Amino acid sequence: MNKLELIKKINKLFSEALIIEKNPIIKIKISKTKFISFMNILKTNKDLSFDMLYDHTAIDWIYKNEFELIYNLYSTTYGYHIIVSVNISRSDPRIITVSNIWSISEWQERETYDLFGILYEDHKDLRRLFLNDDWNGYPLRKDYKDNFMLER
Amino acid sequence: MTIHLRNLNEILRTPKNNKIEKEYFINMGPQHPSTHGVLRLILRVEGEIIKEIIPVLGYIHRGIEKIGEHQTYRQFIHLTDRCDYLSAMINNWAVAKVVESHFQIETNDRIETIRTILSELQRLQSHTLWWGVFAMDLGALTGFFYGYRDREMLTEILEDTCGSRLTMNFIQPGGLMYDIKKTFSLKVKKYLIHLKAKINEYEDLISNNIIFQKRTQNIGILTKEMALSIGATGPVLRASGICHDLRKLEPYGVYDKVKFAVPIGNTGDSWDRYLVRIEEMKESIKIIEQLIDNIPPGKHMTMKFASKIKLPTGSYYGHVETARGILGVFIVSDGKEYPYRIHLRSPCFHNLWCITKIAIGLKLADLVAVLSTLDLIIPDIDR
Amino acid sequence: MEIKQKTTVLKDLMFMTKIDNILNWARSNSLWPLAFGTSCCAIEMLMSSVSSHHDISRFGSEVIRTSPRQADLLIVAGTIVKKMAPRMQLLFEQMAEPKYVIVTGSCAISGGPFTYHSYTTLRGIEKIIPVDVYVPGCPPRPEALFWGILTLQKMIKQNSLIKWSKKNKKPIFSALPVDININDINKEMRQLLEND
Repeated sequence: MNKLELIKKINKLFSEALIIEKNPIIKIKISKTKFISFMNILKTNKDLSFDMLYDHTAIDWIYKNEFELIYNLYSTTYGYHIIVSVNISRSDPRIITVSNIWSISEWQERETYDLFGILYEDHKDLRRLFLNDDWNGYPLRKDYKDNFMLER
Repeated sequence: MTIHLRNLNEILRTPKNNKIEKEYFINMGPQHPSTHGVLRLILRVEGEIIKEIIPVLGYIHRGIEKIGEHQTYRQFIHLTDRCDYLSAMINNWAVAKVVESHFQIETNDRIETIRTILSELQRLQSHTLWWGVFAMDLGALTGFFYGYRDREMLTEILEDTCGSRLTMNFIQPGGLMYDIKKTFSLKVKKYLIHLKAKINEYEDLISNNIIFQKRTQNIGILTKEMALSIGATGPVLRASGICHDLRKLEPYGVYDKVKFAVPIGNTGDSWDRYLVRIEEMKESIKIIEQLIDNIPPGKHMTMKFASKIKLPTGSYYGHVETARGILGVFIVSDGKEYPYRIHLRSPCFHNLWCITKIAIGLKLADLVAVLSTLDLIIPDIDR
Repeated sequence: MEIKQKTTVLKDLMFMTKIDNILNWARSNSLWPLAFGTSCCAIEMLMSSVSSHHDISRFGSEVIRTSPRQADLLIVAGTIVKKMAPRMQLLFEQMAEPKYVIVTGSCAISGGPFTYHSYTTLRGIEKIIPVDVYVPGCPPRPEALFWGILTLQKMIKQNSLIKWSKKNKKPIFSALPVDININDINKEMRQLLEND
């Protein structure tokens, strides 16, 4: 599991990927337009072969007016572990789904749609996962207000 | 580039093929004896053969991630107990591990040895309960009492150490809540002698029983590619033939100093998932035997309990291997006492998804066998 | 004339109280619980108390029914969330009279650790269902549940259920046995702690 090797491989294949952090887990930032081709290369390339999507979640940076999406990837053949991060705008949160590449992202993306309101294009079955279908609002956003919630 | 938002009622009304008269919906509702919690499965059935499964979640969604944004790291640990309550101490260790490695807290050998012993005891506790419930689900109610009898003895030992039977809140960043007692090693050794004989009894009753074998062999086969694509971890992944165990790949605690094997299955059917867990119980006993006599002396807590923990700005990730799979903790901090965002990667969420693919074409009774070997805890899925 | 009427009325009352006593004795010693556990309390309350170490069948509740039509005691164990509340009300309404409710665990009594900052947890289920006995704890021990069942049995025998009779609106605390005092319990606990 050599991190420098991995960074060299990724830089060779895809030059627009920005490496933000190296320790302890490599974090790569990618733009929204090159996102889907980057994810395809990560899964299909034989030198990288990231075949497990451990996790997908979102962070609400309200003062920067954007959402940051996090994809946590692992490769069972080489033992590489990276985090891919994409920034999208808060007023028009749309991004392409990766459920054609890793099938579990159908449910992971339903969860982020339910809690943050991020819309995924070309998703087969986008509906709420945990809350009722007629719930108003997206609870995990920082500006979510609810008369039912009790605050200290 | 289309976005199409759907509704549950829409899905239930769309006819799938021309034979609408023969197909009907059965609701395996939130209150059901075999779903191990509040999981609702809507089954589209023709006769007794299942054609489609639609899981509906959220009946125990308590918003732990939102509550976590207003709790300090020590306070958050008691919430992780209630996520996957059958391996509570291992969940505590996940959060403690992330905080320690990034706040530069050193722990000594005694703390790590005791944490490893307690994790393996929790794994044994979880698997004995799973065995009893597995027997009960397939109709043999007596198995439940045998499995529970062994679990109760272990619960008494753990209650002696940390004061609680189920929600332990024992492993904290910087060490342990209290020190273990002098009678701990004796009691654990006595218990292990008793349990070894009982595992042979378990194998006699169920593993060599032709009824259980016929009911679980070749039922619910999970192939290697499907298991990787859904991100399954734990015994479910190992039964499909892939060796992925965090205790060997990224050792934490004292796992790199003990010798143990990782059981792997062949085909990925329910029978393999059952056998993998029985073998894991035997390996856990081996680990504890190697460690219980050599607990090094030292302190049980290396930092002051009341000191404030403020992680530096950035995002952090850490994971441990619980009895069900890999539990990951993702923390984003902006330098304050409370995390900006905290997210738990739950093992059962990823293990459950395969039920929509592997249980098609089975009968209703087989679905219960598959659900039981997947070993789900529903509050872990909903958080 | 008036005296005669009074004696006949008294005789009728005594006859009915005998039957009442027999019915209450039968009802209290054979409570059949409905298995309704949502989260962690279910392991302690429903599974531990049924198993052989702590045996609930000593109190007559051996038969844990899974269908609400066949049960008469609802033991609520676990957090109740907004999505689950209408289903629980449906379950309660499907049970036949006379029916009783025991609420266990701090989550169901008042929200528990999920009271603040949670957008879905109900803070207590007494807004939905009339409750007879509260058993606090997180999770309560199986022995605490048995104490709750014994209190309920006492309440049934005295016919002093809160939701039935209009007079007794005060909550009934389960009392200690006659010859034990709180100071005795304190002393015993201190001795046990010193021995360890």
